[in-house]
Parts: sequence; structure tokens; C-alpha cells
Amino acid sequence: MRSILKASIAALGLAAMTVGGTSASGQSLSGDLKIFLDTSNPAPRATMEAVIARFQANHPDLNIETTVIDREEYKTQIRNFLTANPPDVATWYAANRMRPYVEAGLFEDVSDLWDEPEIAENLASTKGAMTIDGKQWGVPYSYYQWGVYYRKDIYEELGLNEPSNWDEFKANCEAILASGRKCYTIGTKFLWTAGGWFDYLNMRTNGFDFHMQLAGGEVSWEDDRVRQTFANWRELIDMGGFIDNHQTYSWQEALPFMVNGDAVHYLMGNFAVAPLRDAGLTDDQLDFYQFPVITPGVALSEDAPTDTFHIPANAANKEAGREFLRFVVSADEQTEINNGNNLGQLPVNAMSSVDDDKFLNEGFAMLSSNSPGGVAQFWDRDAPAEMAKVSMEGFQEFMVKPDNLDRILGKLERARKRIYK
Amino acid sequence: MSESSLQDVRAVNGGGSWFHRNQIAVTPWLFLAPGVLFFIFYVISPIFQSFNVSLYDWDGLGEAEYIGLQNYQDLYWEFVDRDAFFVSLKNNVIWLFLYLLAIPVGLMIALFLNQNVWGIRLYKSLFFFPFVISQVVVGLVFTWFYDPTFGLLNTIIGWVGLGPINVLGDERFVTYGIIAAGLWPQTAYCMILYLTGLNAVDPEQVEAGRLDGAKGWKMLWHVIIPQLKPATFIAFVVTIIGALRSFDLISIMTQGGPFGSSRVLAFYMFEVALSEYGFRMGYGAAIAVVLFLIMLCFIAYFLWSMWKEEKGAR
Repeated sequence: MRSILKASIAALGLAAMTVGGTSASGQSLSGDLKIFLDTSNPAPRATMEAVIARFQANHPDLNIETTVIDREEYKTQIRNFLTANPPDVATWYAANRMRPYVEAGLFEDVSDLWDEPEIAENLASTKGAMTIDGKQWGVPYSYYQWGVYYRKDIYEELGLNEPSNWDEFKANCEAILASGRKCYTIGTKFLWTAGGWFDYLNMRTNGFDFHMQLAGGEVSWEDDRVRQTFANWRELIDMGGFIDNHQTYSWQEALPFMVNGDAVHYLMGNFAVAPLRDAGLTDDQLDFYQFPVITPGVALSEDAPTDTFHIPANAANKEAGREFLRFVVSADEQTEINNGNNLGQLPVNAMSSVDDDKFLNEGFAMLSSNSPGGVAQFWDRDAPAEMAKVSMEGFQEFMVKPDNLDRILGKLERARKRIYK
Repeated sequence: MSESSLQDVRAVNGGGSWFHRNQIAVTPWLFLAPGVLFFIFYVISPIFQSFNVSLYDWDGLGEAEYIGLQNYQDLYWEFVDRDAFFVSLKNNVIWLFLYLLAIPVGLMIALFLNQNVWGIRLYKSLFFFPFVISQVVVGLVFTWFYDPTFGLLNTIIGWVGLGPINVLGDERFVTYGIIAAGLWPQTAYCMILYLTGLNAVDPEQVEAGRLDGAKGWKMLWHVIIPQLKPATFIAFVVTIIGALRSFDLISIMTQGGPFGSSRVLAFYMFEVALSEYGFRMGYGAAIAVVLFLIMLCFIAYFLWSMWKEEKGAR
């Protein structure tokens, strides 16, 4: 017993010496690096563990400790661990979603990283989403497009083409309804899916800037322009375009309607492709198009939610944390982690290459050249959390009971006055 | 009597320290101390903390801002506007009343199972089964049962030409649907309480009642049920508590939806303060205080009736 104790003390002493030695020389990193991840699904988890293993290989003296937390759990736990027991690196989301933690002083200002030419030049496209009060609070590691995924084989069967404007969009839906199918599958039990529809309808009806003003609480919910968005939405609802009982389903539970051919479209993020493929849809059956123009002349803009890494303000080893952030956004790593075998999303580094996947290519082209209006994060990341919650509940109610619109908008307007102050 | 004289003897002898002299008075408090301390620390002080937090506007991260009774005022306006708070309170009342159905139904099943036939133990355990499985599983089972496309419920009511109805997606039915799911295990619980109560029923009194010509409902009402009073009391307590903390089923089955129509106060509190989009600690605390005041009525009643019982027993 005593000898074991002695040995471990000796080992500790040795470790302390090496730590002292290396940090004094300032060459390589050492000490502990605690990383908290919300990438709990199997593929993202493996991807992240591989990234960390490669980082470890570059810095053998660093003692890396990785904790993976369930993605939904993480959203509530982050408050506790940022204040009580902060890691050195943590995943989160861009834009307004990080605002509470930025304002509470819990995220480290990493503007210095963004001043380095390597990052400043290659990550310019996502800088806006990472900026609050003129400073940057983290780095992105992945993003993905939203858009209309549809059953190409059913389109061919009915002789339809990808619509380029609102009238064609509705005409397609009429044709699909006439064939005894539903146009759009959706599961609104967890509310945010309805936020996606609102994003697109509002951005196409009133434009990106108006949409952001609404998210920022600068416009009344009882404004006629907002009503126009809902009027457009109502056209699809009154047509019977959405599947019935969508308020009882999660987004995953709404997938079978599309797989079985009972519904033809799904307005979703690119993460829906993997489960659709797993369910047996081939690339000949599944295709993608950009949400069509509604108001002519309004610049197209897209939703592209960005996943991010941050350094908590109370982190112990910020030096190593910064190095990890640099590593994750480097061109090679970005190419690797976003390829089809790993995250299957879009790299944030302009020098990276997009994996050769039909949907990734289409999405990349759309976001880089056909989204002149701007790129939004997503309704529940652009609007403050409370407003997002109340409004998405309103969207769900509207989709089930469109006649309640006045009451819903009145409620949202009251919430706006309270939340933004 | 003998205790005090023993003490007196010691005191006269001047035997030992202060502790030795007061041993008998102090010892019970020493044994109680850990429990009392934990109770004060984990139950009493959070109650006062909640009161305190409910006077602030606080996101749980930054500085808390004192706003007086503003949170309660907001709750009042939500009540007047028939907004989320009104819906939650209304649902809580519905829960309280309908959940009590578990007591008579539990009694019925207990009476039915209180007989000696071959294999009765198996039947008893089958009836008790829903209480053993987790609330989460109960919630999932009922969610599938109610499913509008492939659920069993719609198949069954389809046979008599009704439906289809989407119980969990319709704001008129959703609360009743969840209560029905909650009643399944709760009835089993009440049943087991009554089964043990029925074992303690005095056969002589039943015999005497029978000689006086009582049978059927009269026997049940005048002879059996009065003897089951302790079981009824416990069943009432656990059912009220169960109704007031009906959180897990709602969280599993609907997440408070559709559009917030199945919320109860406990769920609403969680939602505004602790969920993914919740950052209003003060507001959540205010809801918690309201829920506490409702519970306080029942707690006061329970304590009062227990105190009365103790006094009667003396």
C-alpha cells in the first residue's frame, strides 16, 4: 500500500515537473483540456472523438478529457456547468442563442482569434453569426442548409417540375392533393419545425431585413406585413397541404409519411437526408430545391444554422482551448469532419472542400451564390429564447386553428412588449 | 415519574456534566437533529428562497433585478387574459377532481379481488402491475394507444363507427387523455391500499351486520367503508399529491402541447424557468409559490385531520 502511494506521489511529482518544464519553454501545450460536447448522436460523436484524437496526437503532453452530454440535456445543463464547473471548450449555437451567456460574461471573448489572418480570411462568411457587441465569442465548426426536400419519383409520376415561384409551388400542391397525397409532412410536437416554415414564409414575403427586425422585436406582430406572411401560410393550410395531426408528431415521426409516399415535401434541415436514406429512399427518389420566391423582387435568403465551439470565461486552460479552436476550423479538419462519412454538413472554412454529395453540393451552391438577402440562423436562434418559445407555440396553434390568428398575434404582441422592454 | 426522580437523584449527587444532568431531555433532540437539519436545509429554506426569488427578474445567469410583485401582477394578467397561467390553473383543478376517481375505482377493484379463488395472487399482481412500471413507460404506452394513425383507440372506436379522434392533438381532450393515463397506475395504487385495508376488516362486525340483515350496498356503506377509513385517508393523500405533481406524464406525452393546452402549474413552472427556452427564474418561482399555496390548503387539512385523530386516540 505504502509503496503504491509512494509511486503515485513520485509520478505526480514527475508530471508536475514536466508541466512546469514545458509551460516555461512555451513551445507545446500541456496540462488538462476539458471538452464538453453535445454531439451525442452516433455519427457526430465518432467524428468529434476522431477530431480530438488527432488534436491529441499533435499535443501528446496535453491531458484531454472529453465529456459527451445528450444533445437535449445539454441545452439545460450548460447553464450549470458554465457557472459552476466550466470546461475549457464547449459546443453551442451561434447568434442570439449564445446571447444570454455572452451577456452574463460566461463566454470568453475570442476576437483575437478572429484577427488572425488564417481565420479572418477563411471564416469571414460566418463572422456575423458569431458577433455580439462587435466582438466574437466562439468559432463555428459546421453548418447546414435548409430547404425543400421532395420525392422526385412522385414529381415525375405527376409530371411536375421544381417550382420557382409561389404560384407554381401552390399549383404543384394542388396536383399532389388531387392524386390523394399530402403536400408537406411536418411534426410540430416540439414546435421548432413550425419555426422553419415561418422563417421561409416571412423571409420570402417580407425579406431578410424585416425578418431580422421582427426577431429583434423592432416590429409589431400586428403589422400588416406580418399578417401577409400568415395569409400566405394560410393558403397552404386551407388547401389541406400539411399532413393531419402534425401537432402530435416529432420531426422524426413525420418522416414515414414522406418515406411511404403519403406526403411529398419536407421543409427541413439537411440532417433529414440521413434518416430518409436509411429508411430506403435512394437519390433517384429524393431531391432538393430552394424555397421558391413569394414576393417578386425580395432578395432570397436562407436558414443555415451554425454549430459552434466556445471557451467558457472561467476555463482553466484557455491557451489550449484557443489552440483547439484553431485546429477545428483549419481547412483540412473542416474538410474531414463535414464529409459524408462524418457530419455530412457544410464546412465553414472557405479553403475546405465540400464532400461530393448531391445535397451538400446543392446546399453549398445555394448558400454561396443564391442567397443574396442574407443567411439566418433559425427562428429559435435568431429570436430571444422566450420570444421563440411563445411565437412557435403560436405558429403551431395557427397551423391547427388558423381562425385564431388575431388572438395569437395579440398574444405575441403582448409578449414582445414584455420581452424586449 | 420515575425518570424525573432519577434525574433528581443525579442532580442531588451533582453527578457529572450538564449533558449528564439533562441527558433525557436532550437525547431525543440529538436523534432528531440530522432529520431536522436536512428538513430545514432542503425543504423549509427553499420555500423561503422561492418566495424571495419570485420578487426578482432573473435569468439564472446574470444579475437579479428586484421588481417587487411584478411577477405576480403578470400572472394575474395572464389569468385575466385566459393565457398560459389560466390554462395551467384550470388544468390543475381538472386534475385534482378527476384524479380522485382513482379512489372509488381502486376500492371497487379491491373488493372484486378480495376473494379466495384459485390463482387470485396472480390476478392481484396483474392489477397492481401498472403501478410498478415507470410513469415514463405509462406515458409512452398511452401515447401510442392514442396515436391518430395507428393507435389502438381509434381502431376500437372505429368498430362502433366513431372517430378518428386525435386525443393528444386536440386541446379539448388532451388533459382528459393524460389524466386517463395517470389514473391507470394511480388506481392500482389505491387498490393495493384497500386490499391491505380489507385484510384488517373485523369479521365479527361483518357477522354482526349480517345478523342485523345488512347486505350489498348497506353492508359496504355502513360496515366496510367506515373500517377502511385509514386506507381511504392515505389513498386521498397520495392521490392529491399525485395530481398536483402530474409533471412526468405531461412531459412525456405532450410537452404541454398542443399550443400549451395541457400544461399544469408544475409543468409551466419548469417551462418558464428551466427548460430549453426558459430563462425567467423569478416568474417560475412565482408560479411555484402559487402552487405551494394551493398545496398548503391540502397540507393544512391533512395535518389538521391527523392531529384530530391523534387527539381522539388519546
